[in-house]
Amino acid sequence: MKFMGYKRPDGSVGVRNHVLVLSSVVCANHVSQRIADAVPGAVAFCHSNGGGLLGKDIEQTQRTLDGIAINSNVAAVLVVSLGCEGSSAERIVEKTKASGRPAALVRIQECGGTTATIKAGINIVRNMYEKSMEQEREEADISDLSVSLECGGSDATSGISANPLVGWVSDRMVGLGATVILSETPEMIGAEHILFGRTASPEVSKKVIDIVRSVEEGANLMNVDLRGTQPTPGNIEGGLSTIEEKSMGCLAKAGSSVVMEVVRYAEIPSSNGLVIMDTPGFDVESVTGMVAGGSQVVLFTTGRGTPVGSPIAPVIKITGNPDVASWMRENIDFDASTVTTGEESLERAGEKLFQKLISVISGNLTSSEILGHSETGITRIGPSL
Amino acid sequence: MDIKEINCIRVHIKDNVVTLIREVSANEEMKGNDVPPGIKSLSSLPLGHKVALEEIAPGEKILKYGEVIGYACEIIKPGDHVHVHNIVSGRGRGDLK
Repeated sequence: MKFMGYKRPDGSVGVRNHVLVLSSVVCANHVSQRIADAVPGAVAFCHSNGGGLLGKDIEQTQRTLDGIAINSNVAAVLVVSLGCEGSSAERIVEKTKASGRPAALVRIQECGGTTATIKAGINIVRNMYEKSMEQEREEADISDLSVSLECGGSDATSGISANPLVGWVSDRMVGLGATVILSETPEMIGAEHILFGRTASPEVSKKVIDIVRSVEEGANLMNVDLRGTQPTPGNIEGGLSTIEEKSMGCLAKAGSSVVMEVVRYAEIPSSNGLVIMDTPGFDVESVTGMVAGGSQVVLFTTGRGTPVGSPIAPVIKITGNPDVASWMRENIDFDASTVTTGEESLERAGEKLFQKLISVISGNLTSSEILGHSETGITRIGPSL
Repeated sequence: MDIKEINCIRVHIKDNVVTLIREVSANEEMKGNDVPPGIKSLSSLPLGHKVALEEIAPGEKILKYGEVIGYACEIIKPGDHVHVHNIVSGRGRGDLK
């Protein structure tokens, strides 16, 4: 199946054509945002990391920033650095240039402070934007697509309608040769045996068990009942009683496809088909990790209603809760409550959601894009030092 | 059954709870796929919450999706609200170490 996308020099295909202003450290966020705000078509990626990180933590942040810079929705990148942070702004620029995209770097300490850096950055980004406007959509294959699956602010409708619906679309995308990323490791606790039986190899099964065990053991070290954090207070109000119940609902997003691979947070998968990324259940960090792992679009279910988006990838919001579909309708792209009430079959609603996905990757904006949502969060491993 | 009468879903035939697909009032009969007649919700409950189909003794499994989603921690009667007050999770229990 074909769609119209932006072909990149590295062979990947974008569904958006963003000029990215990437902050390499929290200290450069304000300058990055001001630069992006001054140029239409530019987006800022700001975050709270980049300093005081150690070992695997700095590696993970760096991997995330590198991945965001070369996401195929990105046409060109300006990296904004303070000048003394632990994350490497040069490495991001090198990786971006290696992917064939234009890349530049400004340092606040070298430019002479906030105002001078904003001014220098705006000039660079304006030129990048003019160049990016020359690129047009071309025919591409749907197998070039990586679709992220996410649930945030879940209630009991998520597991019985919105998530199975996403599972239906996920299976269809896998059938068309696309990559689909399932994440949120804590939301596999109590349902890992379902995944265990449908992996590509015993090694993949072992990795699934390992990441779930690791997150459960980590949580147990806090000497508290996971309940109250997972499921969250909002999940509980929405009828979810235990992590096992939440996990069973969460896994419905992955349909019935075979798990090909398990990747680390923000790692770009090497296989097409269904892939698991080891991320927290916290939706903003999870989406950021999957987008850094190359996803161009996100299918995001919510039963309680959440407005969050991404600066890089369009996020399609789906709810199975009829009250949220009407009360928070400006934040919802797809109303799946007809599946909850039984008025519409999974197949019929699935076909509609599939068409919605095609329309969004072809350029139609999602609610979170229209409203300007661009939340980001890079997950942490260790303490700040 | 008229689709408008349906107020709950029994996700799997093995399940001993149903999930409400709309809010229900106290004494409202549970109506949905594979739901035996005569079970009334003992309280008014919002959408998404669970109601027991049968008596469940403390320590017994709570089944939804045909899978174990927790264990009863007190006697649960048919029609009872099944939630955090009467079921516990078997996973992520750092408090039990």
